[in-house]
Amino acid sequence: MNPVAVRYHLLARVLHALLGLLLVGMFAVGLYMADLPFSPLRLKLYNWHKWAGVVVLTLSLVRLLWRLASPPPALPIGVLGTMPLWQRRAHGVAHVGLYLLFFLVPLLGWAYSSASGFQLVVFGVWPLPDWVPVNETLAGLLKPAHRYAAYALAGLVLVHVSAALKHHFVDRDGLLSRMGFGRVRA
Amino acid sequence: MRSFVLSATLLAASFAPLAVSVSAQQLLPAQSEIGFVSRQMGAPVSGRFKTFDAKLAFDPAKPAAANIAFSVDMGSATLGDRETDAELPKPVWFAVAQFPKANFQSTAVKRLDATRFEVAGKLTIKGLSSEVLIPVTLAQTGAQTVATGSFPIKRLTFRIGDQEWSDTSMVADAVQVNFRFTLTGVPKL
Repeated sequence: MNPVAVRYHLLARVLHALLGLLLVGMFAVGLYMADLPFSPLRLKLYNWHKWAGVVVLTLSLVRLLWRLASPPPALPIGVLGTMPLWQRRAHGVAHVGLYLLFFLVPLLGWAYSSASGFQLVVFGVWPLPDWVPVNETLAGLLKPAHRYAAYALAGLVLVHVSAALKHHFVDRDGLLSRMGFGRVRA
Repeated sequence: MRSFVLSATLLAASFAPLAVSVSAQQLLPAQSEIGFVSRQMGAPVSGRFKTFDAKLAFDPAKPAAANIAFSVDMGSATLGDRETDAELPKPVWFAVAQFPKANFQSTAVKRLDATRFEVAGKLTIKGLSSEVLIPVTLAQTGAQTVATGSFPIKRLTFRIGDQEWSDTSMVADAVQVNFRFTLTGVPKL
């Protein structure tokens, strides 16, 4: 087997690493800032969180388009053969869920900001259109929607990471290296 | 005697419109608004005052004699977001407990053209006063006159957003004030 052929494309690996770090950071900052009292720090974190959210949304779109244009390598036959049916199904469902939430979470955050009367101006320079009206009731619905969608994404990321670690340390099937930057073990 | 009473009545009647037109000028609050737009880290944030009142004596033909006074209930400010609204009355922002009202008192009114006027006056917020120049455009339909305009103020002039909030890279110093007042009893333009 040609070890290079089973790897994800370099762009996919870079985007995976970048978005992985961004999402973990966004989740931590999001949890922390929501409980802060009204202060300049809170305002700063909220704005940085919004700007980073737009970056996540944009990179996720690039990532999805790249995935469609250049589909990822199939699971190696050796790995697939050892996976029970439920794992193969869960593998598919989890990835569809992750991609849905990559878009849903930032979009809900954007909508929540707009509904609360705070238009998004990326990096304080590029104004984005509001696609929901300023409405207190709507904002009250979008806030928990953004929060719980983010929890769902965090949950799926945990499942995703646990599964990857299981393949690496328990099954020792080298699956993890397909997303890595080191030498491929296949 | 009868002709004297009659002529006196006629005389009074002929002056009445002028007297009434100035003293009976009223602001219709339900059809009026005072809004403002500030910027937080580049993002425009608009708010408005729900309660305000005016005392007006204004004849478009005699702008120099005009007297325009407004008072704004600072506790009635809203950004439409409950969490932020709860902050506005605090000492660092509007200090509503100490300074419940902002006031405007005109000092000079100038007519620019058929519908546009320039109102100079003193704006007092949080106990601090500053001279402002307010462009006003009037439009009349029936008995109502709608006055619209917009002018910039600097929030730090009035110590709005004091102390840790004085950093203008977070909250810009410039705040745009917009208004639309519906008035009755203003003489014809």
